[in-house]
Amino acid sequence: MIDKNKSNKNIKTGYGMRTKIANAIIYVILTVLALIWIFPLVWLILQSFRAEKGAYTTYILPKNYTFNNYIKLFTETDLFNYPRWFMNTLVVAIFTCILSTLMILGTSYTFSRLRFKSRKPMMNVALILGMFPGFMSMTAVYHILKSLQLDQSLIALVIVYSGGSALGFMISKGFFDTIPKALDEAATIDGATKSQIFWKITLPLSKPIITYTVLTSFLAPWVDFIFVSVIMKDNYQNYTIALGLYQMLTRENVNAYFTQFCAGAVLVAIPITILFIYMQKYYVEGITGGSVKG
Amino acid sequence: MEDINVSKELKNDKSLFFNALKKGNLITKLSFIIMGLGCILRGQIVKGLIFLALQVSFIVYILNSGWYYLSNLPTLGKEVQRQVWNEELQIYEYKPGDNSMLILLFGVVTIFAIGAIILMYVKSVKESYNCELIRKAGNRPPTFKDDVKNLFDKNFHKTLLTLPAIGIILTVIMPLIFMILMAFTNFDKTHQPPGKLFTWVGFENFKNLFFSNSKMSGTFVKILIWTFVWAVFATFSNYLLGMILALLINKKGIKFKGFWRTIFVLTIAVPQFVTLLLMSRMFQDVGPINILLQKLGLTSQAIKFITDGTNAKIFVIIVNMWVGIPYTMLITSGILMNIPEDLYESAKIDGAGPVTAFMKITLPYMLFVTTPYLITQFVGNINNFNVIYLLTGGGPNSLNYFQAGETDLLVTWLYKLTVNEQNYSLASTIAIIIFVISATLSLIAYNRSASVQKEDTFQ
Repeated sequence: MIDKNKSNKNIKTGYGMRTKIANAIIYVILTVLALIWIFPLVWLILQSFRAEKGAYTTYILPKNYTFNNYIKLFTETDLFNYPRWFMNTLVVAIFTCILSTLMILGTSYTFSRLRFKSRKPMMNVALILGMFPGFMSMTAVYHILKSLQLDQSLIALVIVYSGGSALGFMISKGFFDTIPKALDEAATIDGATKSQIFWKITLPLSKPIITYTVLTSFLAPWVDFIFVSVIMKDNYQNYTIALGLYQMLTRENVNAYFTQFCAGAVLVAIPITILFIYMQKYYVEGITGGSVKG
Repeated sequence: MEDINVSKELKNDKSLFFNALKKGNLITKLSFIIMGLGCILRGQIVKGLIFLALQVSFIVYILNSGWYYLSNLPTLGKEVQRQVWNEELQIYEYKPGDNSMLILLFGVVTIFAIGAIILMYVKSVKESYNCELIRKAGNRPPTFKDDVKNLFDKNFHKTLLTLPAIGIILTVIMPLIFMILMAFTNFDKTHQPPGKLFTWVGFENFKNLFFSNSKMSGTFVKILIWTFVWAVFATFSNYLLGMILALLINKKGIKFKGFWRTIFVLTIAVPQFVTLLLMSRMFQDVGPINILLQKLGLTSQAIKFITDGTNAKIFVIIVNMWVGIPYTMLITSGILMNIPEDLYESAKIDGAGPVTAFMKITLPYMLFVTTPYLITQFVGNINNFNVIYLLTGGGPNSLNYFQAGETDLLVTWLYKLTVNEQNYSLASTIAIIIFVISATLSLIAYNRSASVQKEDTFQ
C-alpha cells in the first residue's frame, strides 16, 4: 500500500505538466463524444414537444412548443390506439415476468443446489439450446400457436416470451453458487425439506438476483419487435408499444405522426431508462460474472 | 466421480426393467400390458391410476388422430382440397383435403408423445416391480402422500423443472425440429395449405441455395460475406473503441466519472427500437441531417446515407458504434480496473507511451479474459436483426438479389422470406445454416469460458 502511494507521487511530480495537458485533451474528447451520444436523445425530446406539423423541419430547435403530441396519443385513438398498446404491453409484461422469474429461479436453483442423476446432461442440453436466438424458429412457433388457435393473441406473446426463458438460467445459477452450502446443511439437520430451504433460506438471501431476473423479464416485451410482428400480423388491437410505434413511421404515416411517435417513444423510454440505470450493476455482473472470476 | 456414480445407477435402473420381465410375478408381468396395474393392486392406487390414465389417453389419441398424422408423415398428405358438386343444394362445396402443415406439425407431436409414453411405460413397469420387491421384504410401499411429500424434498428438482421443461419443449425444441424438417420440403408461396399440398423434396433447397439456382446462390454468397464482414467490423469496432472510452473515463485524474458513465449508459437504456428508428429517419435523403448539412453549405446534394448500397453498409456500421460503444464501456469498465497497476507503472518506467501500454498490456489481458464475451458478441452480431432491420430494412433493394437488399444479413433475409414471401422452406434452410454457424462459435466460447470449467472448484 505504502509502496503504491510512493510511486504515484513520483509519477505526479515527474509528469505533472504532461498529465495536465493529457487530461485536458481527454476532457475535450469526452465532451465531444458525450454531445454526439446525447444529441439524438435531446432531439427526440425536443421533437416530441414540437408544435409545427410535418415529419422533419429545416431547423433543429422547434419554433413553438406544445403538449399536444402527448395529449393526442391518449385522445385520438381511432387509428393508433396508444393507451391500448400500452396496456397490452403492461399485461403481457406482468405475466411474462411472473412466469419467467419462477422458471428461471427454479431452474437455476435446481442446477446449482440439487443433485440428481441427469443433472449434467440436462444442463448441457439447456446450454446448447440457449445458444442460438429463439426467433430463428419463429415461423414454427407461429404455426404451432396457430394450430392451437392462439395466434394474434396476447396469450401467445406471454407463451413466446416466457416459454424458453429457463434457458437463461446461467446468471442466477452463478449467484446461487455463491451462497454457502453450509446454510443448507444446517437447515437439513434441523429437519427442513428442500422446498423449505429454497423458499425460506435461499430466496431471502437472493434479493439482487431476484431483482435482476424480475426486471429483465419485465423489460423483454417492451423492447421486442420481432415476435410481435410475426405473431400479431394485422391485428392492430393486440399490438404492443414497439410494433405500434413502428407503424407510426411507415411512409404513409410519418408526415402526420412523427411528433406523436416522438412523444410516445419518450413516454416508454422514461420508465425503461430508470429501470435500466437502477439495475446496471446487476446487469454488468451477470454478463461478466464468469470472465471476471476466471 | 459423479459421472461414475451416475452410470452405475443407470445400469441398476435398466436391470430393474429386465429383472421385472425375468423374475417378476404374475401381477408384475401383467403390468407390462396394463400400465400401473402392479401399483394399483399393491396399494399405490393414485399413482397406478395416473399410469393407467396416461395409457388410455395415449391409445385414444393414437386411434383418434395420431395414427392419421403418423401414417401421412412420409407423404405429407395425398388428398388435395377440391370442389365437389352438391346435388341437393345445387352448389359447389369445398371438400377439405389433407393439410400438409398440420400433418407435419402433429406428426412431430405424435412422435414426441410416443417417446414420452415409452418413458412412462418403462417407469410404470419398474415401479410395479419395485412394489413387489418392497412387499417381499415385508415393508409397505410408499403411499401417494409420501410421493407428494417427496416432490417437495427428495424429488424437489422434478417439481421445479416441470414447468420450465414443458415450456422449453413446446416453444424451443418442437419448433426447432419442425423448422429443420421444413427445410426438406417445398413449403412456399405456391404450396400453401390448406389449398395446396407440399411434400418432401430432400436436399433440393440446399442444392438451390448452394449452386443450382444461380440468382439464389449468388444472393446467398453475397449476404453470407456481408454478414461476416458486418459481424467482424461491428464486433471489433465496438470492442476496441468501447474499451478506449472506458480507459479514458477510468484514467486517474479525470473527474465526474459517474457523470460521464451515466451519459453514455443513458443511450443503452433507451429502447433500441426508439433510437434506431429515430436514426433511420434522421439520415434519410430528405431527413434533418441532410437538410442541416445543405443549409450549412457542407454539401450541395443530399448524401445518400441509406439509399446507396456502399454508403448504407458504412452507415449501419457507424450507427452500430453509437449503439455498442457505451455497452462495451459499461461491461469492460470493471474488468479494466482489475488489471494490476504495477504492470502499467513498470511499463512507464521502461518508457512505454500510452499506445504501447494499450497494445502490450491492456489488449492482451482483455483478450485473454473476455474471449467468451467477444465470441458471444460476434454471434450476436451475426444475428443482429434489430440494427439492420430498423435502420435500413435491409435496403437498398437490388435486382441482383433474390428477395433481399444490399445490407440484409442472413437473419433479416430469413425474416423477409418468411413474412413477405411465405417462402418457409428456403427460410428454414437459411435458419439451419445460421444455426450451424452460431452453434459452432458458441460451443467454442462455452468451452473456453472459465466459469464452466471451474464449476465444481468454485462451490
